[in-house]
Amino acid sequence: MSDVPAAAPEPIPAEPSAPDKSRARLTGAVIIEAITQGSSTVNTILAIFLALVVGGVLIVVSNPLVTHAWGSFFAQPGYTLGQTWHAVSFTYTQMFEGAILNPSTVNAAFHGGSVAAIFYPLSSTAAQATPLILTGLSVAIAFRAGLFNIGAAGQWVGGAVVATWLGFGVSLPLGIHVIVCVVGAFVGGAAIGWFVGLLKAKTGAHEVIVTIMLNYVMYDLLQYLLSHPAMLQQPHQTNEIAPPIANNANLGHVGGPPPQVGVGFLIAVGAALAVAWLLSRTTTGFQFRTVGASPSAARTAGINVERSWILVMLLAGGLAGLSAATVIQGTNTQLTFNSYGTYGPDGITVALLGRAKPIGVVLAGLLFGALHVGGTYVEAATLGQVPADIVTVLEGLIVLFVAAPALIRAVFRLRATSGTGMEAVAKGWNG
Amino acid sequence: MERVTALATAVRAPLTVDRRYLAAVTFGVLGLIDIVVFGLLALRHSGDASFNLSPAGSGVQIPTIRVAAGSACFALGVVSLGLGALRGFMPLSRRSKRLAIASVLLCFVISLLCWADAGAIPLNLVNILQGTLIASIPLVLGALAGCLCERSGVINIAIEGQLLFGAFAAAIFASAFGGLWVGLVAGSLAGGLVGVLLAVFAITFLMDQIILGVVLNVLALGMTNYLYDRLMAQNPNYNTGNTFSTIKIPGLSQIPVIGPAFFDSNVFLYITYIAIILVQVALFYSRWGLRVRAVGEHPTAADTVGISVVWTRYRNVIIGGLIAGIGGAYLTIGSVGSFNPNISSGFGYIALAALIFGRWTPLGSVAAALLFGFCLELALVLPTVNPALPSPIMNMAPYVATIIAVAGLVGKVRAPAADGKPYVKA
Repeated sequence: MSDVPAAAPEPIPAEPSAPDKSRARLTGAVIIEAITQGSSTVNTILAIFLALVVGGVLIVVSNPLVTHAWGSFFAQPGYTLGQTWHAVSFTYTQMFEGAILNPSTVNAAFHGGSVAAIFYPLSSTAAQATPLILTGLSVAIAFRAGLFNIGAAGQWVGGAVVATWLGFGVSLPLGIHVIVCVVGAFVGGAAIGWFVGLLKAKTGAHEVIVTIMLNYVMYDLLQYLLSHPAMLQQPHQTNEIAPPIANNANLGHVGGPPPQVGVGFLIAVGAALAVAWLLSRTTTGFQFRTVGASPSAARTAGINVERSWILVMLLAGGLAGLSAATVIQGTNTQLTFNSYGTYGPDGITVALLGRAKPIGVVLAGLLFGALHVGGTYVEAATLGQVPADIVTVLEGLIVLFVAAPALIRAVFRLRATSGTGMEAVAKGWNG
Repeated sequence: MERVTALATAVRAPLTVDRRYLAAVTFGVLGLIDIVVFGLLALRHSGDASFNLSPAGSGVQIPTIRVAAGSACFALGVVSLGLGALRGFMPLSRRSKRLAIASVLLCFVISLLCWADAGAIPLNLVNILQGTLIASIPLVLGALAGCLCERSGVINIAIEGQLLFGAFAAAIFASAFGGLWVGLVAGSLAGGLVGVLLAVFAITFLMDQIILGVVLNVLALGMTNYLYDRLMAQNPNYNTGNTFSTIKIPGLSQIPVIGPAFFDSNVFLYITYIAIILVQVALFYSRWGLRVRAVGEHPTAADTVGISVVWTRYRNVIIGGLIAGIGGAYLTIGSVGSFNPNISSGFGYIALAALIFGRWTPLGSVAAALLFGFCLELALVLPTVNPALPSPIMNMAPYVATIIAVAGLVGKVRAPAADGKPYVKA
C-alpha cells in the first residue's frame, strides 16, 4: 500500500462516451461507403446472413430427402434445387413465424380472429430474452473491468435461492413483496460475486478458477437445500423442488393478453440503462473501464484497483441474481434443481455478441431469445425433423462471424479500412 | 523471469495480506475444518472408519485398517495447525513449503474420508485411487492441451469443445466402422479440427481469443446435439457403445495397492501417462520447448532470432487439439461407451481451471487435474458408502478446499506474457 500515493487525485472527470466525431449525414455516398467498407452495422448484418447460409448447409446435409435428391442431381437438377431451397426456407420461415410474426395470424385477425395472437411470438421472445439479457450484463460489466465472470450460473443460483425463500417464506402485502424478493435476489447474487472479487483483491486468486469452483459449490448447495424439507424443499415431495412463491411475489406483466411484456423484461432493460449510465457517466464506471484497460496504469493514476474489482464483481453477481428473480418470480414460480438451465453460459455468449456494451447486450439477448423461441417452434412444426439445437449452431456462427470482421471482409470482398477492427472485449489472463 | 523495472516495482499490486501469514492462516483454517466440522460430525456417528487397501479378489490381501474416526480427524487437524504455526514462524525452503501444502491437503482429504466412513462399510482406497486416476483422464489431457496452446501464446478456452467434439467423433466412427481404434483416431482428429479452427481464426484472422474459445464451445455443443438428434437418436447403429477393454500391465499390476490403481486400466490411462511425460519433456527439456516458450513470452524477440511465430503457434494449437480430442474420445469409447448430448458437461472448463491452478506448467496442471478428478470420484463413491450423509455437502467440500487453496496458497498467478495477444509482424 505504501507504494501508492495515499491521496488519490479525485475526482477524475468522467470521460464522455466518445460521441461520433464525424456525425455523418445519411447521404447516399455515406451509405455506399458504409456498405463497401463494412461499417460495424453492415458487418453485423453480413455476419448474420453468412451464419444463416452456413446453418442452411447443415439443414440441407442432415435432411435425408434433400441428400437423396442430390444423389440424382444431374437427372433432375430443378427438383434437387427446389427441395434444397424448400428445406432451408421452410426452416427459417417457421423460425421467423415462431419468434417474430406469423402472417397467418394477421390474416386471421382481419377476418375476426384474435388480435392477441399476432403479438404472441414477440411476447414469448421478450420473455425468453429477459434472463439472458441480465446474465449477459453480468458477464459484460465484469469484462469492462478486465474480469472474466464464468460464474454467472453460481450467482444465478444464489439469487434464486434468496428470491424463492423470500417468495414463499414470508408474507408481505402486494407490491412490497415483489420488491423485497427482487432486491433479495440481487443481494443473493451480489454476495457470491462480492466473494469472488474479495478473494481476487485480497489474495490474488484468479477469478476464473474461483467462479468455476463456486458454480459447483452452488449447484451442490442448491441440491442440498432442495432435498431437505427443513430448508427449501416443498413438504411431502420426493422431488427436488421448492414450494411455489406467493402470488404477491409474482412479477406479473404489463398489458396482455399477448401484446404483453413481463415486468422482468422492464427490469432487464432498466438494468441495461443503469449499467450504461454507470459505465459512461460516473467516476466509478470510468474507474472500471480504466482498470479494465490496464490495471497498472489505473493504479499509477491513483485508482483503487482492488476496490474496483470487488465492486464490479458485486454488481455482476447482483445482475445474475436479478436474472434469477425474473425467472423464479416471472415465468417459473417454483425453483427446481434444473432451474438454472444454461443462463450462465448463454450470458457469456450474449455479452460477447453485444461487445460488452449494455445496449449491445440487450440486442444480443433479444436475438438469442428470438432464436430460442424460433428453435422450439421449428422443432414442433417439423415434428422433430429439424431439432431445436440448430439455433445453438446459429448462435455460435453469428458470434463467430461478428467477431471476425477480417473474415467477413474477405468473404464479401469489402475493402479493408483502418479503424473498423474489433476493439478487444475480453482481456487475457493477466488482466 | 519477470521483467522487473523500477516502475513495475513501484506499481506492483499491493496485496494487503502478506503471503507468509496468509498461508499459515489457510493451514489453520483447513485444520480447524478437520477438527470442528469433520471431527465433531464424525463423533456424532460414533463408529470407526475402516479402509481397505486391496481390491476384492486380489492375490495379496492387506488387512483392513480401522481408526476411530473422530480422534483421527482431531489428530489430523492438530497436525495441520502445527504446520500452520511452522509456516508462519519459521523460514522454510521452497521444497518444504510445497511438502507442507501437500501434507495439509492430504490431512484434509483423509479426515473428510474418515468422517464420511464413520460407522459405515469399509471404504476401498484402491478403488478410490483408481477411480480418481480414471476420472482425471479427460481433465489431464484437456489441461495438457491448454498448456501447449497457451505456452505458445494462444488462449484456449475451447478445451470443452475439443473434448465434446472428440467424444462425438469417437463414438460415431467407432460404431460406424466397427473399430475402437478408428474411433480413437477419429476423436483425436476431431479435437484437432477444432484446434485448426482455433488456430485459423486466432492467428490468421486475429480474432479475440476469449470470444473465439467460447464460440467454438457453443458450436461444438450445437453441432453435436444437432447431429445426435439427426443421426444417433434415429439410428442406434451409429452409437453402439462399445468400449476398450482393460489391459493389465504384466508384472507392474501385481504390486500391491499401486498395481491395481495405476496399471490395470484401459489404453487411455497409458496414453495419458505418455502424454504427460512427452509434454513435460518437450516443453522444458528440449530446444523445441524453449522456442515454444520464447514465442509465448516474447514473440518479437523469438521472431528476431528466426523462429516462425505463426508456424509455432499453429503447430502447438493443433497438437493441443489432437491431445484434447483423445481426452474426448475417452468420455465415450473409454468409459460409458455411447455418446449423450453435452457429455463433456463442463470438464473442459475444469481443465482450464486446472491449467491456471497449475500455473501453466504441465506437472502443476496434472496435479490440479488429479485433485479435481478426486472430487468427481468422491461424488460417485460416497453416496454408496454412507447414504445417511448429506452427499451434496460432501461433494461441495473438495471445491471449497480448492477455493481455499487457490486463495490462501497459490495466490496471484502469471500467464505467459504474450498469452492471448495476436502477433502481427512489424
